Amino acid sequence: MGRIIVEVMPKPEILDPQGKAVRGALPRQGIDVFTDVRQGKRFELTVEGPVTQEALADAAKAAESVLSNPIIEDVVAIYDAEAIR
Amino acid sequence: MKIGVVTFPGTLDDDDAARAIRLAGADPVSLWHASDDLRAVDAVVLPGGFSYGDYLRCGAIAALAPVMNSVVSAANAGLPVLGICNGFQVLCESHLLPGALIRNSQQRFVCRDQDLVVVNNSTAWTRDFGENETITIPLKNGEGNFQATADAVAELEGEGRVVFRYAGLNPNGSMNDIAGITNARGNVVGLMPHPEHAVEAGFGVRSADGPRAGTDGLRFFTSVLTSTLAA
Repeated sequence: MGRIIVEVMPKPEILDPQGKAVRGALPRQGIDVFTDVRQGKRFELTVEGPVTQEALADAAKAAESVLSNPIIEDVVAIYDAEAIR
Repeated sequence: MKIGVVTFPGTLDDDDAARAIRLAGADPVSLWHASDDLRAVDAVVLPGGFSYGDYLRCGAIAALAPVMNSVVSAANAGLPVLGICNGFQVLCESHLLPGALIRNSQQRFVCRDQDLVVVNNSTAWTRDFGENETITIPLKNGEGNFQATADAVAELEGEGRVVFRYAGLNPNGSMNDIAGITNARGNVVGLMPHPEHAVEAGFGVRSADGPRAGTDGLRFFTSVLTSTLAA
């Protein structure tokens, strides 16, 4: 079984209230080096057999049409989980 | 006149929407997410709630349901469609309306009686309001923060397609205080606040006539009756 990873992030110009809340909580744990936190999503898409170019193309299609909303989010990465990045 | 009310898994306000339609003098018809049959209705309401538990993004999975294929084609042919709260999110994810709703800027769920200005009273769902009339209906959501590209907002403003603006305060960080918008044709309207919860005296919002006397929401549903009869 192969796996394709799709990563989606809120656009830089869009306010990310979840990341902001995490950023606010970190100093309470004594972790105060991070000036900003942004929170996104990681999808793992499984296929039968190895990851093919066709499967990667379908992953790109799914990423643009369903897994992300281009008004507020960017697809930042699509890759074979087994491949060396 | 028959007005359809769509139920998705996780829809909450379908019964309230049906009640509002009945009080306005029309017949509510239940529509099911898994069927593409609109049952010959004259208009459709997408009610509030948390369809599919807000998984992926609010309204995103509901937008892919079989019933929405029919709603999108009927809306493009002129059928009046009103999306309330989660229904507004579904309309945006279906691309019937531009923009997207994200988490409230102050990161809190907001529940309040909200003042709105009716900026556009020529849509299928706002004809019974005065121009720039201030109305009060409940607002209750965690992700009501309207965002769109600068070009999309300029287009909405330029074409008079902002239908409702928050008055008094902006409860969620929405761009340009936008509470509701319409499509170019004026038959599809989406808004975050809930007209169906202010339709019967004694069970409505605060008003000059008493603490629960406000029924401004009823005129959304009487408007569509007028629109459809006139068409």
